[in-house]
Amino acid sequence: MTTALLHRPGLARIRTSRSWLYLLCLGFVGVIVLVALLAPWLSPHDPNAVDLGNALAGPSGSHPLGVDGSGRDTLSRLMTGARTSLLGPLGVVVFSTVAGVAVGLAAGWRGGWLDSVLSRSTELVFAFPGLLLAILIVSIYGEGLFAPVVALGFAYLPYVSRLTRSLVLAERERPYIEAYRVQGHSALQICLRHVLPNIAPVVLAQSTINFGYALIDLAGLSFLGLGVPALTPDWGRMVFDGETAIQSGYPLSAILPCVAIVLTVVAFNVVGEHWADQVARRDR
Amino acid sequence: MNEGPMREGPMSEGPMNPVLDIRGLRLHLPKTARPVLDGVDLTVAERETVALVGESGSGKTLTSRSVLRLLPPGATTEGVVDVQGESVLTMDPARLRRLRTHTAAMVFQDPRAAINPLRRIGDFLTESLRLNADLPAADADRRAGELLEAVGLSGRALRQYPGQLSGGMLQRVMIAAALMGDPVLILADEPTTALDVTTQAEVVALLGDLRERFGTGLLFVTHDLGLAAAISDRVYVMYAGRIAETGPAEALFNRPRHPYTAALLASTPRLDAPPGRLAAIDGRPPSLQEELTGCPFAPRCAFATQVCTEEMPPPLPVRGEPNRLVACHHSDRLADQLAGRTVHE
Repeated sequence: MTTALLHRPGLARIRTSRSWLYLLCLGFVGVIVLVALLAPWLSPHDPNAVDLGNALAGPSGSHPLGVDGSGRDTLSRLMTGARTSLLGPLGVVVFSTVAGVAVGLAAGWRGGWLDSVLSRSTELVFAFPGLLLAILIVSIYGEGLFAPVVALGFAYLPYVSRLTRSLVLAERERPYIEAYRVQGHSALQICLRHVLPNIAPVVLAQSTINFGYALIDLAGLSFLGLGVPALTPDWGRMVFDGETAIQSGYPLSAILPCVAIVLTVVAFNVVGEHWADQVARRDR
Repeated sequence: MNEGPMREGPMSEGPMNPVLDIRGLRLHLPKTARPVLDGVDLTVAERETVALVGESGSGKTLTSRSVLRLLPPGATTEGVVDVQGESVLTMDPARLRRLRTHTAAMVFQDPRAAINPLRRIGDFLTESLRLNADLPAADADRRAGELLEAVGLSGRALRQYPGQLSGGMLQRVMIAAALMGDPVLILADEPTTALDVTTQAEVVALLGDLRERFGTGLLFVTHDLGLAAAISDRVYVMYAGRIAETGPAEALFNRPRHPYTAALLASTPRLDAPPGRLAAIDGRPPSLQEELTGCPFAPRCAFATQVCTEEMPPPLPVRGEPNRLVACHHSDRLADQLAGRTVHE
């Protein structure tokens, strides 16, 4: 059944005894998403307004989180950066989930040679580290959000398709599938109308966890200067830009985006884990 | 009504209008030395209840599933399975789906496993007709409500989830689902095994009522001889993929003519029997890896002689009872012995 998610000893304590952590993380995720959506109206300054005279100033009334090496307001950049930093992983997760579910469903439901072909070819992707694949594609197509998102989408696809395939294999053997079959439903109808909805919660929980990983990967790419274009505010890019500030002894503008990345990833993981557990515990 | 091809021979006294007619069905599975089903002949007439009895692995479930062409992967078949005169084993997929939607339905052993746990009962009942018969949702809902009443549930169950109903109620839902397409034939594969005894009785009574009311033929697969005797008009006893004996229920259970039937009846637990060990049939059914030359029951049979291990007994009419068939070389000896024993009791 949901074997992939049933046994999770490592986080057992967090899950059962402290659901406030889940609520806190859910709240944090909500706030981050809201801020990203409303960034143009919330941010106190133009995130790209350069004020070299004020470079590396500490927190003050008009710049509550200080400014970076080019005199840009860190708070405004964090808020606007939330947009690209969340949009990228969202693209990766949507792409990998849709494509991965399609591949896993086809492989698990049809079995046979189709299963072999699809499973082997997605496993081939495992052989390349996702980041390397992304770097390769970016170096071909140039920087921008689209290329790394597609590359990482492919890199995450096998995780989703494997999970989907194993779920479908288990679901396919359950007697209710046969009961539908003797009612005269075609295999495709059963697959799309019953198997897919029944496995969806597990897959979506996994995709929420993938979101965190994708965020780290994309931030890493931006940090290497391979992600978004130079002027676009982005958390990973901000860490990269903040390097010089750290060397000058003013680490705040580099540390804050790091904190934002870590907190967001942890929050998404806790939320995803909690959902996965709810699904696994669900009485089926 | 389609006129099924009529068959001459020993069974010509049987039902005139078979909704199900299985002739010489053989079913091979990969990696087995002998066919899992070996020349099964079986008919079910309109409004008739037929029980198919046998122990685990005798092929009774496969027989009932082959009626809907629900075969295990890799299975190859010979012979004919006609439902209302249409050959199931050779029809194209579209026809097969129509057959499954409208003509023949199946009630499964474990209703809790056979109903999608995440869908409402109403969804489960109406989906087939809405999708495959293009019945408007309102009509399908109305029919589902009527059938739920007919099986003794309130229409409220339409909006409930399977987890909210008991096993017995779910089996009623299963039966209602089977009736949705107004089938001429219902295949019930051990429909009461997963239920407790009082619920069993209710479900069996319900099946009997519905057969009267809706005029469906019923093939009742079971290993419970008492149940088979109570519910059925005719009984087929299966052993190792072959029909050992068939005939009207009462005659068959009162005067078994196959040693296997006799042994099965003797091993049925009885409340009024003296305490002690239950009678059992020694040995075990032949494995699928063994080739069979003679009668499959010969190694366990008290009457077996050399001819039994060498020659497969054909199904022949019982002496004096032309509507019964038995596949045994020594059914007359058994008859004499049983006649003698009943005097003792």
